Amino acid sequence: MMFAAAALGVLVAMALAMFRAFAGPTVFDRILAVNTAGTLTVVLISVYGFLSERPEFLDIALLYALINFIGTVAVTKFVQFQGLGYPVGDHEDGDI
Amino acid sequence: MIIISLLFFMTATAISMLWLRDLFAVVMLSGIYSLFAAVIYMVMDAVDVAFTEAAVGAGISTVLMLGTLALTKSKEKVHKKIAYGPLALVLITGGILVYGTLDMPHYGDANAPIHSHVASRYIEKSGLEVGVPNIVTSVLASYRGYDTLGETAVVFTAAIGVLVIIGRRKKKRKKTGAVNDGGDIA
Repeated sequence: MMFAAAALGVLVAMALAMFRAFAGPTVFDRILAVNTAGTLTVVLISVYGFLSERPEFLDIALLYALINFIGTVAVTKFVQFQGLGYPVGDHEDGDI
Repeated sequence: MIIISLLFFMTATAISMLWLRDLFAVVMLSGIYSLFAAVIYMVMDAVDVAFTEAAVGAGISTVLMLGTLALTKSKEKVHKKIAYGPLALVLITGGILVYGTLDMPHYGDANAPIHSHVASRYIEKSGLEVGVPNIVTSVLASYRGYDTLGETAVVFTAAIGVLVIIGRRKKKRKKTGAVNDGGDIA
């Protein structure tokens, strides 16, 4: 019962984050909304694991948190530097 | 309950992706879309598919799309006219796909062909026939060996293609122009 209520609350929070991702006027609103949605996904997976009495889902939730982190780092780097690679100047292999 | 609300979120995300013209926001939303799809797969007990969806769809695709945006424009061209031909094609394809799902067994059906056809033979005899204790390994490596070989060939070809495209060295310029060899990043 408690876990069901928690899952419901997470879903409501997810809907709010989605609204911010759709409407968000600036780029930063959207980044924050996507990051929040990812975090809520992690929480939802954990809660669902306990809801269906399979707490092993916690490991999967951890992995999702890592993936979410990498995505956010890439996005913020893109916003900061207008690209994903640093200019490397006279390196003969170019930007790779 | 969870699946229904997640499907609702996914539909809302897809419609919003159609409306938005800012491609950066579209990339963000496609990441969310993949994340929701991964959770649905997980709730339906396909944890491995969910892993792949989260790593490829939400992780790598988002990064690749951002790299593409860095090289191209980040605003979509506005087309005023509605293209009826592609719309009809999409609707027909979607209708055929939905029609195809009508024949499929229900989720969790114990009498589905996948449970009644060869699975029992795999469980009972794979230890004798293949000799590997793990049933999944013997199915992948022996019973579906050609399938796995084909998959490996496809992945290998894709990797070679990527290496050919991005791993090529810049041609060295002739010595007169060597001073102007600054890094021009797009």
